[in-house]
Amino acid sequence: MTGVHDMGGRFGDGPVLPEPQGIPAYTEDWHAKALALTVAAGALGKWNIDISRHARERLAPKDYARFSYYEKWIAALADLVVKRGVATREELASGDPATTADAATAITANKMAAALVRGAPASRDSNVAPGFAVGQAVRTLRPAANRLVDGGHTRLPNYAAGARGTILIYHGAHVLPDSNAHDLGEAPEPLYAVAFPASELWADPEHPGDEVILDLWQSYLEPA
Amino acid sequence: MPHDHSDHDHPHALLPPDPALRVKALETILTRKGLIDPAALDEIIDTYQNRIGPQNGARLVARAWSDPAFRAELLRDAMPIVEGLGYFGRQGEHIVVVENTPQVHNMVVCTLCSCYPWPLLGIPPGWYKSDAYRARAVREPRRVLSEFGVTLPQDVAVRVWDSTAEMRYLVLPQRPAGTDGMDEAALAALVTRDSMIGTGLAQVPG
Repeated sequence: MTGVHDMGGRFGDGPVLPEPQGIPAYTEDWHAKALALTVAAGALGKWNIDISRHARERLAPKDYARFSYYEKWIAALADLVVKRGVATREELASGDPATTADAATAITANKMAAALVRGAPASRDSNVAPGFAVGQAVRTLRPAANRLVDGGHTRLPNYAAGARGTILIYHGAHVLPDSNAHDLGEAPEPLYAVAFPASELWADPEHPGDEVILDLWQSYLEPA
Repeated sequence: MPHDHSDHDHPHALLPPDPALRVKALETILTRKGLIDPAALDEIIDTYQNRIGPQNGARLVARAWSDPAFRAELLRDAMPIVEGLGYFGRQGEHIVVVENTPQVHNMVVCTLCSCYPWPLLGIPPGWYKSDAYRARAVREPRRVLSEFGVTLPQDVAVRVWDSTAEMRYLVLPQRPAGTDGMDEAALAALVTRDSMIGTGLAQVPG
């Protein structure tokens, strides 16, 4: 089983509410600050993007459901800074930190601008050879679950577990989130875009010709 | 197999419940510990407020509409082009451009979180991050499209791209009729954010 974040296909969420084009990026000042804090704290190098995503998924389901988007970010960041030893529970509770030996590790504005442009590519050299060719039929594992850590992070959604699809694109080898989110190494392996007919995923698909395409790692797949 | 102990210990509950106060408390702690430079926070906010947004993606689309060789190369391998234009960066390290045609309509979602091509489109709009869009775009894309005022003919297939890895997808919308002879700047003005996510179509001039 995956977690509360894995909502693809779920019923009952009501209509999507489009917004005008060109709205400001942030609707509240604290949204902007929450995003900036998350990015800046990530730049400390105490965790990677997969650990960061997993921290949001680890929120209690009732918190995940009631928190707005940036509330999830900030709650996950607070959990992470404690878990990774950046700040203590006491400091969070008191709001009164002791300065630490980490002082002066803050990333300056200039270095931050460069880091935003540089990004963090996930492609890697890998000694895992591609096992599938474009056009080949594959089936995803079932259940959708991390195979390295019980209850851990994975990027195979529930709705696509056990489904038959076709390799559409080979993206090269990428860092495996299931490993990287748990400090088990980057474990890069081949990544593919896999196309699934809607009829393979849903009991009552809208249209027989529609497809859903997911990016899936080789270890999520077996030949079909 | 090791277990992921996620059923307890949520230190965020130690912070004040009000979200603005939560952010402020965390900012204060990290800044006073010397871990965060306030100027770096301003740099991040300014980048995504003012320097990066859908105008970047719109320029790519307008050029692809105007230059068949550029379009072919963009669809084949977008990264050298994106890097050359300076649109490379965080959450845009691996860009793939997918083309709408009279037969296929592409639409992008991230059901597991909110992955989005930041350097080309900026920070995602609220609806893109909403439970309703994440839950429904993969199962009933046509009904979702109708909520954006888009109705597709039955002979057009929908391809929904669920961004489950670090690949970031940008939709190349179809060039609207009545735009012959328009220059790239005029064309770019017709390219909406939603048309590059696939929940809208490019605007018709006039």
